[in-house]
Amino acid sequence: MGNVIYNNNGSVEINADGLFYKDMNKLIREYILAHNINKAKLTNVYGQRYIGTNVPRPIKIDVYGTPGNDLGAFMNGSTVEVYGNAQDGCGNTMNDGEIIIHGNAGDILGISARGGEIYVKGNVGYRVGIHMKEYKDKKPALVIGGTAQDFLGEYMSGGILILLGLGLKENEKHKATFIGTGMHGGIMYISGKVDQNQFGKEVGELPLDDNDKALLSKYIGKFATHFGYDADEIMKRDFIKLYPKSLRPYGKLYAY
Amino acid sequence: MLSTLLPEFKIERDDSRCIRCQVCVRQCGFDTHKYDEDDDAVYAAEEKCVGCQRCAVMCPTNALTIKPHDYGYRPNANWSKDHFRELSRQAESGGVVLTGSGNDKPYRIYWDHIVLNASQVTNPSIDPLREPMELKTYLGRKPDKIEYDPETKQIKTEMPPQVMIEVPVIFSALSYGAISYNAWKSLLQAAKQAGTLCNTGEGGWPMELREYSNRVIAQCASGRFGVDVEYLNSASIVEIKIGQGAKPGIGGHLPGEKVSSDVSLTRMIPEGTDALSPAPQHDIYSIEDLSMLIYALKEATNYEKPISVKIAAVHNAAAIASGMVRAGADIIALDGIRGGTGAAPKIIRDNVGIPIELALASVDKRLRDEGIRNQASLLVAGGFRNSGDVIKAIALGADAVYIGTAALVAMGCTICQKCYTGICNWGICTQDPYLSKRLNPEIATRRLVNMVKGWSLEIKEMLGGMGINAIESLRGNRHHLRGVGLEQWELDVLGIKGAGM
Repeated sequence: MGNVIYNNNGSVEINADGLFYKDMNKLIREYILAHNINKAKLTNVYGQRYIGTNVPRPIKIDVYGTPGNDLGAFMNGSTVEVYGNAQDGCGNTMNDGEIIIHGNAGDILGISARGGEIYVKGNVGYRVGIHMKEYKDKKPALVIGGTAQDFLGEYMSGGILILLGLGLKENEKHKATFIGTGMHGGIMYISGKVDQNQFGKEVGELPLDDNDKALLSKYIGKFATHFGYDADEIMKRDFIKLYPKSLRPYGKLYAY
Repeated sequence: MLSTLLPEFKIERDDSRCIRCQVCVRQCGFDTHKYDEDDDAVYAAEEKCVGCQRCAVMCPTNALTIKPHDYGYRPNANWSKDHFRELSRQAESGGVVLTGSGNDKPYRIYWDHIVLNASQVTNPSIDPLREPMELKTYLGRKPDKIEYDPETKQIKTEMPPQVMIEVPVIFSALSYGAISYNAWKSLLQAAKQAGTLCNTGEGGWPMELREYSNRVIAQCASGRFGVDVEYLNSASIVEIKIGQGAKPGIGGHLPGEKVSSDVSLTRMIPEGTDALSPAPQHDIYSIEDLSMLIYALKEATNYEKPISVKIAAVHNAAAIASGMVRAGADIIALDGIRGGTGAAPKIIRDNVGIPIELALASVDKRLRDEGIRNQASLLVAGGFRNSGDVIKAIALGADAVYIGTAALVAMGCTICQKCYTGICNWGICTQDPYLSKRLNPEIATRRLVNMVKGWSLEIKEMLGGMGINAIESLRGNRHHLRGVGLEQWELDVLGIKGAGM
């Protein structure tokens, strides 16, 4: 249980089978502090939470199996690559770093993220990208290969959310309704069929301009590299841009 | 549209005293007073007056008297002045009526119906001026039992993280953004000097003020403004804010005009956008989810800090609190119906939640009945006005008390309830640099420290009077309380006897 293989090339391999999350995350910390590793490989991960949340300095973490909730919560600069599916709360209030998921992710992916990038090959759950923020150049980015459930980008106050719809069948619409409800910042790009009535009332729709295309190509390029797609093929697809109609959607709600 | 609103306050200017210095004109951020050069006279637009008394205090000749306007409407017990005003404001705007500070409705204030005991003849009272008296309080989870190793003479039990406060009075969550930088800084400085704690509220924590870290409770609320690993680790306690007594069940909303460049930096959101705090934390829909965030915060802070969870006092607070403790909360914070706010819909502030006295008594009892009271400290908030309220709360079972409005009053607030306007003539609840520089942080700090010092002396006097020399011995000791003018059900909930029994 929990056997550890330490390689002198600066990486450690932890068999997480039966390891409590607290002990597993502590092991990673110890190897960073004692052996100055810059890479950790976790195998047989079954639901261990908070991977990448507390590391003394950013490293690369490869996760084989199914990590638990809050993967990369409050993460500050590490790169976590998951060969499997992620659960709920992935990238919760993340500040910096990168999360790459070779599978699906659950609800509230990237909730309240302040920075960093998250790439998901497959589909995602409800309220993804909710309340993402940005401050000046610090913008979180979320790229989702498949489709998403309801309330995508709810309350978004910053950041970039890209939904590619790659797994959708012909004429199949995206799952999400109430897309961008309460959105008052940031930007969303959607490819794949989606109807007007799937949008929240706070978002407007626009065609892409050159700046949008440059931004898209940057993130889609990375997405394609991570998951072995042809970026040019994806860029050929039709995209729409959703933007918040007001920075103050609820400014006129009150009697002063 | 013709406004049917009459002025709320009447301004009487004694012309024989007025020296036309125009202090009142400059002091009023609501532009109530105007000097007319031709007439060489100062006139008042009474409908703008909020009754904050700033002009009256600053007037060098005491020429001003501001008093509530005596309406000429036919008296009506059902249709009070407030109902008239609010309905008219809505008829004119179609909006939700906003307000600031705490509930001002005459719900029963139980502190005023609870009396304390004192020693007479059968046990000696203690004189705190000449005998040691302990107010120190440790916040955090306490172990179920202490194990001792007789060989090494060491305690074997590993103690969960504890935070010591010199006096069981903590400055409540007032966010930077809601209150001015100077007011926020004063609270931090005062907490440090008085050996207590100051809660950041949910508006982040300016970097240059991180030096006060060992005296700070950092809040993690639904907006997650300014929350990162460094923020969490800078604090001595991290608090998850679920709800607030002034507005249980709803989110917060800092209007874009209050999101200045400094506030935007601290909250990490673009300048001028509304800072919206969603009603729920969207990663918490259950006790299990709460546990997930509690342990995420523990993980992020290396299990070195107590994690507090704050809820508004609502009907099922006792059952919820039990779940919170089981979810891993080291501190439970309860905020009652009289708790203050920078801005809330008036209808919610005035009608939702329960008094803190009843919530505290029921939560403390529930946790004791379930044998888990030791697993969490209990902080209570919501309209505490003086040391008498504090000591009664401790006897009812609280570990310490959060004060918000009382701290503001110490700094100069007159509870005019206009915090939501962004204009505060006392420089407390505003981001307007002209107004906020009126609050001198050094003076405000001194006033806060003085208040805490005065309260500590009073608490020691009352403790000594009861023959108790440590606040620890009073905690949850309801035998020292009696009710006056309360119904039997109220005495039952409070777990105290009626006076004379």
